[in-house]
Amino acid sequence: MEELISLFVKAVFVENMALAFFLGMCSFLAVSKKVDTAMGLGTAVVFVLTVTTPLNNIIYSKFLKESAMSWLHPSFETLDLSFLNFLTFIATIAATVQVVEMTLDRFMPGLYNALGVFLPLIAVNCAILGASLFMVERDYNLIQSSVFGFGSGVGFLLAIVALAAIREKMRYSNVPPALRGLGITFIVTGLMSMAFMAFAGIQL
Amino acid sequence: MANNKEVVLDPLFNNNPIAVQVLGICSALAVTTKLETSIVMSLAVIAVMMGSNVSVALIRNFIPPSIRIIVQLTIIASLVIVTDQILKAFVYDISKQLSVFVGLIITNCIVMGRAEAFAMQNDAKASMADALGNGFGYSLVLLLVGFFRELFGSGKLLGFTVFPLVNEGGWYQPNGLMVLAPGAFFLIGIFIWFLRWRKPELVTAD
Amino acid sequence: MRSTKYIIGFAAVVCLVCSVVVSGAAVLLKERQTINKQLDQKKKVLGVVSLYEAGEDITPEEINQRFSSNIVPRLVDLKTGKYVQVTAEELASFDQRKARQDPARSAAADANSAKVLRVPNHALVYLLMKGDAVEKLVLPVEGKGLWSTLYGYIALESDTTTIAGLTFYEHGETPGLGGEVDNPSWQALWPGRKAFDGSWKATIDVKKGAAGSVSDDPHNVDGLSGATITSRGVGALLRFWLEEQRFGAYLANFRNQSLTGGQG
Repeated sequence: MEELISLFVKAVFVENMALAFFLGMCSFLAVSKKVDTAMGLGTAVVFVLTVTTPLNNIIYSKFLKESAMSWLHPSFETLDLSFLNFLTFIATIAATVQVVEMTLDRFMPGLYNALGVFLPLIAVNCAILGASLFMVERDYNLIQSSVFGFGSGVGFLLAIVALAAIREKMRYSNVPPALRGLGITFIVTGLMSMAFMAFAGIQL
Repeated sequence: MANNKEVVLDPLFNNNPIAVQVLGICSALAVTTKLETSIVMSLAVIAVMMGSNVSVALIRNFIPPSIRIIVQLTIIASLVIVTDQILKAFVYDISKQLSVFVGLIITNCIVMGRAEAFAMQNDAKASMADALGNGFGYSLVLLLVGFFRELFGSGKLLGFTVFPLVNEGGWYQPNGLMVLAPGAFFLIGIFIWFLRWRKPELVTAD
Repeated sequence: MRSTKYIIGFAAVVCLVCSVVVSGAAVLLKERQTINKQLDQKKKVLGVVSLYEAGEDITPEEINQRFSSNIVPRLVDLKTGKYVQVTAEELASFDQRKARQDPARSAAADANSAKVLRVPNHALVYLLMKGDAVEKLVLPVEGKGLWSTLYGYIALESDTTTIAGLTFYEHGETPGLGGEVDNPSWQALWPGRKAFDGSWKATIDVKKGAAGSVSDDPHNVDGLSGATITSRGVGALLRFWLEEQRFGAYLANFRNQSLTGGQG
């Protein structure tokens, strides 16, 4: 339990997808002009990450990993399909996003309208694929990957909402013309990333 | 039909994918702590992009529009897997350092963006030029960032000592910030600042 | 608008072409990758007993030659501290990290300051031979630093307490701070230090600040500046692995010369 909490805190703060690994940067910068939209994208990311990371974990450990298919037939013992992981993960993510979109549209139109435009964007958000790849590299089991996926999502949400809030305030600041927009956003992101790194020493 | 030379040169500064189009930053920055990994990453992205642009351009008239995104994604993902396998087979040490970031080329928006925006409308030769241009523009930023981060962060370039470090008996106290994530953000911010200061027409309102 | 048949057909062709390319590459390059992995492993072991220097220009044949003429791998049962009888193939294919993940071949570790969660039942150690005598023992160690798990090897002289070398081959510590575990001048501080005290309790530690010379302060090593937690982690993980329940039993058997067997 303690280990899972520590994993969660690490995923949210220390190993923040956006600020420490630069993942999901494209949408992070593009969709952080307003707090409302940032909140929408962030929520969608939490949602999709929480679903896809454990799902990919199951697929990886039951089908792709070396000797993973031995449960089907003993002769598959030596089969190693792990080179297919990129392709499988991206397909799972795209399919999940599609299913989530349709389900929301059918059963929760309110949420669908709030998240609507962001959902398709998420399929190509590096943070989603990144979480699945980290999960493989670090050998997480099913429970760990669920916690990790959720934590990474929360971390991304936190970072993007904070950045959007700062950018809203910054509209009233006197920024040098050439630095306006993208330039200052990068520098602010750098400062935020420094702040998040301060959590590094936390030992739970 | 765009002039091929222009197609190659334009993305270097005027229309740089990272600094101006804000594409493909994700997987790029994490590998720039060293120049060596930046170079390998650049080559990998250029290779994947040329492959995907050319193949998409070749079959562009046959792709049914309704499934074009997934077809592009399949082609890109396959190319990335092949690249990853080649890196693992021939430059094992570097591929270990690049870890998951080779795989993340799949979701690198530049590759997909160029396939969708350029290769779907142009022939193979022009698409190749476009891939080269954008690849170089991307690499330029990657190499610049990698250069400064390795030089100031660890006093080395490509592993050779340039500034002898204090803890190895030299005089240079390495700048720890450079090797950490914020260093990369600051460098890119400054790069954009410089670019827009030289080329005010790129300044965006916001 | 194209017909549905055409779309499905097109998708099938694309999938077919892509799968042929991908699996072709994977199958063709598989052998090379496996060789690379094994060479990499051998380099790490040779590195900790100073038979190989990082960045040294060396052919794969030479690495294999150096490895096979100097090093003998052995599988140790950590509980009994005895060698396990295995065939050469089993030895070559033994993957400690996989064993650690497998519930049948590992056990959960008690809470420990090295933050190791599972310990495998068997561990792969390497013996540096000089003629028929064992000159050095190379033991795999791992544990948490600040950001990441550090994986490395510690080499002990045949008295099982004098450290002959320490290297970490994989970690994700901050370059320039915790990442300085890779710094040769820091690694050079280790040889000669004593891992155990007089009553065979693992006491080796990484001190904050500078430690004394090898003869004055044999149980401490200088901390890495700016990397307190990584330094603490290195000390903790070494003590963890040298304790009775891990390699302690094996090292005691080694000292008493009560070890036999272990095909390799």
